[in-house]
Formats: sequence, structure tokens, C-alpha cells
Amino acid sequence: MATTSMATRPAVRAINVGVYYGSNKVIEGVTMDMPEHEITAIIGPSGAGKSTLLRCINRLNDLIEIFRMEGEMWFGDFNLYAPDSDPTQIRYRIGMVFQRPNPFPKSIYDNIAFGPRINGFKGKMDDLVEQSLQGAALWDEVKDRLKESALSLSGGQQQRLCIARALAVEPSVILMDEPCSALDPIATLAIEELMQELKKTYSIVIVTHNMQQAGRVSDKTAFLMPDENRVAHLIEFDDTRTMFTNPSDERTEAYITGRFG
Amino acid sequence: MAAGIDGNYNQRLAHRKRRASLFYGVCVAAVILALLMLVALLYSVISEAVAWLNLDGTSIKTLLTEIPSSKAVNSGLFPAIVGTLWVMGICVFVSFTVGVSAAIYLEEYSGGSRLAELIQINIQNLAAVPSIVYGILGLSIFVVLFSMGKSTLAAGLTLALLIMPVVIVSSQEAIKAVPSSIREGGFALGGTRWQVIQRLVLPQAMPGILTGIILAVSRAMGEAAPLVIMGALSFVPFAPASPLDRFTVLPIQIYVWISKPQEEFHHLAAAGIVVLLIMLLGMNAFAIILRNRLQKNLRG
Repeated sequence: MATTSMATRPAVRAINVGVYYGSNKVIEGVTMDMPEHEITAIIGPSGAGKSTLLRCINRLNDLIEIFRMEGEMWFGDFNLYAPDSDPTQIRYRIGMVFQRPNPFPKSIYDNIAFGPRINGFKGKMDDLVEQSLQGAALWDEVKDRLKESALSLSGGQQQRLCIARALAVEPSVILMDEPCSALDPIATLAIEELMQELKKTYSIVIVTHNMQQAGRVSDKTAFLMPDENRVAHLIEFDDTRTMFTNPSDERTEAYITGRFG
Repeated sequence: MAAGIDGNYNQRLAHRKRRASLFYGVCVAAVILALLMLVALLYSVISEAVAWLNLDGTSIKTLLTEIPSSKAVNSGLFPAIVGTLWVMGICVFVSFTVGVSAAIYLEEYSGGSRLAELIQINIQNLAAVPSIVYGILGLSIFVVLFSMGKSTLAAGLTLALLIMPVVIVSSQEAIKAVPSSIREGGFALGGTRWQVIQRLVLPQAMPGILTGIILAVSRAMGEAAPLVIMGALSFVPFAPASPLDRFTVLPIQIYVWISKPQEEFHHLAAAGIVVLLIMLLGMNAFAIILRNRLQKNLRG
């Protein structure tokens, strides 16, 4: 972890994060800085707690009754798990895109306007909708059919709609939970190109089971792996290039070269 | 031929296909039987009602706008129709608001606690309680304890209680069918729990909720037993004008006429049944149109 750049301050900082479901420990001792305006990838075999860790950042795990987190999670200067911090407010500042596109059964326009509306947006909605769809590189494809159902879009378009929906509430961090796993290669490429655009404005944390994707898109990579008790640990966290060319842990090397996973 | 499949394959395939077509036949026969019963029912009711129309001096206008009389040809259903509308209006309003709220609590807020499980089991058991027991409950609670008297309000509340378990359980199923990915999407955009329920869960669950309400209300509309216990009148020369007025309802009026010895009153009762059926169908049609419109909105 010595090569972690100190030039940019972290958008999100995990300090000794551990996660329990009831009395079951699933993640232990994760400490990592996710830098601003960069893409941080979280990789690892299934059951390594990648999504769980990601959902700690916007406190979506709080929806699970038996969830408990120890350690600290910081969002800039804001302690996300301080007793007085409000998950609803946190999710307004930290957007999320899910594994399967989950557009609401409403029109394309209403999907984008949903977040701003519930958060009390007062400006010109039409402009915000256009701007968000442009931000997700979807505007040209849907500008003539904004009143049509979002469910009429293709899978790749739906996922970009979900990205646009997240952009519409103007978060500073976007979490992506395997955003391309349900998409074909062409739609995947479109999302990956979009991510390179988005990172100029936003900080991105992406979970992926696809190592090539992590290698292609991310600046930093975190490798998680469960031990024999199924408790996930952060094995290695480094610049993506360093990690993929010269991993310092032999388990990382074994995983990256495809010897397990 | 694949390994493990012997020469009898073709013979057994023919046997399997015979069984498949046998089962198909059983299903078709069941549908035909159900339809035949419905047709027989409608035929007997409508032929009796036609016999009433053919009596001297009867008219549909009299039936719909007059009060009951000692002569069948002069008798009308007006008080019973208005009574049914009052009672059903109160019943639909109360069972919908309370039932759907309870379903939302159990599905979205209770978090599967012990208490919620206990409530759940009790609700399911309540659905099996005979309607006459609800009549006794309504009499002692609404009529006597809350001093509502033998009013349409007390009757509407009693019928609301009667159908509440069905409304709650079917609403719960409809809410459960909304995928959790939709809820997560709403929460991830900074929605509060109520915003997610109100703007995402309920609109998507509403068609299913309406289906449950339609079935439950149709049943309540034909109930006579609990209302007889509660003191609905058998002869009402006026239509109720407020929720606190005394009343009768269509099923009771029909029962009163059918138990008279004169044959004209039996024909009159059949005409009353046709009116009840038309009101039921009208209400169902309205709910189905509403449901289809909601579903169309969802699909866009």
C-alpha cells in the first residue's frame, strides 16, 4: 500500500471496516482510501463481500435488520456512521447503480425526475432531465420518446438510464455494483467509455467480477478474498497498473492470472 | 437411443401422452361444469324476473324508485338500493384505507418481528370466522357500545371488519410482489421510507390490491346474515339519508320477499336479484377498468 498516491484527498475512506450479519462476521479490517475523480475497482471471487463493502458506503446495508458495521467510513470530512448522520441524506450525496438495471415502471422522464422531486428540487426540471441524460450519453437515443416507458428501452439503455437517474440528484460519489454483468459486450463498452467521462466530475467506486474490466477502467484496485472461515479480507490495494503487472501478494497474482475464482 | 433408455420408450411415451390428455380433459370438464352451473343460475333467476315483468302493472321504474308495498306489483327497491349504496360506500372506504395501511405496516415496517407474525396468523384465522359472528360483534361494539344505533354506519363498519382479513392478505401479496430492486433504487436516490412506499411500491401494487378489494366487496354486498343480527329492518318505507339512519339492504329485502307465500313476490324477489347482480357487475366493471388503466400507466 506504499504506492497509494497522497496527491489527491480521498472521496471515501474506510478505516478498519468490519461487517457482521447477526453474529456472523463477513468482512474484517478493511482500510482503504478511494480517491476523488478516480475509479476505484473492488475485485475478488464470489462471496468476498465486494457488494457488502460497497453498500456500506451509502448505508444501503442499513435496510437489513441484522447488519452491523464496526470501524469507520468517512465521506470527505463527514463521518458516515456517526450517531447523528442520516442514511437518507447520505444516499442523496452518494449515488448508486445496481447490478441489474432497475428502472422504475414510469416514463423515461419520470425516472430521471424521481430523485430531484423527492429531494425537493425547485429548478427547471426539463433542463435537469436533459443534462442528466446527456451526462449518461443517452440523450440522443431517447430525446424524442421521453414520455415512453423506461421498460421499453434495451438493457444497456436501461442501465445508462439508471446512471442518468443517479446523476440527476448531483451526487459527488457514484457506486456501481457490477453494472455490466447483465449487459452484452457492446453495451458494456458504452458504459466503460461513459465511466471515463464521469470520473472528471465524480468519484467512482465499482464492484466487478470481471478482472479485464477492472484492468481497463480503474485507477485503483482493491482485491478482497474470503479466508477459510468465509470472512473477507482486503488482500491488496494499489494502483491498478501496479497490481496487474507486479502484485505484491501471491494470492492476488494467483487470482489475477486466473488460477482460481 | 441414449443410454439407460430401453426399447419400451415409445410405448411409455404413448402412455405419458394419454395421461397428459386425460388431465387436459379433466380441466376442461371442470370449467364446463362451473359455467353450466352459472348458466343454470342465471336462467332460473332471469326467467322468474321476466315472469314478474309480465305481471299486470309492473314497471322497472316502480321497482327502482318506489318503496315496498303489500302488493307485489306496486313494490319497489328504492330504500334497499340506497341502503346498499350507503353501507357499501362506508365498507369500501374503511376496508380500503384501514386494510391497505395494515398491509403496508406488516410488509414494509414490521420487519418480520414476533408481534407481526402473531398478528399475521390471527388475520389469517379471522378470514375463516363465519359472517354471523361479525354481526354479533357489530351489534355489541358499534350499535351498543359506540351508540351508533342500527345505522348504515354500524353496518358498513361491520362489513368492513368482515372483509378486512381478505383485503389485508391480498394487499400484502400485491405489495410483496413488488421487486426489492425497485425499493433499493428509491432508497439509493435519497428517498425516505414513505416516499419509496408512496411513489414506487403502492403504484405498482395497486392493481393487485384492487383485485383483492373487488373480490372482497362483491362478497360483502351479498351478505344478509350479519346485518339481520345487527338490526337491519325488514320493512323500510324510507331511504336512509345519512350514515346514522336505519336501513335495509338488497339481500335482506330479497329474502323478505322470497319468504312471502304469494307467488308474485317470488317473481319480484327474482327481479331484485337481477338488480343486485347488475349493481355488483357495475361495481366490478368500474374497479376492473380502474385497474387496467393503472396497469397501462405502469407499462407506459
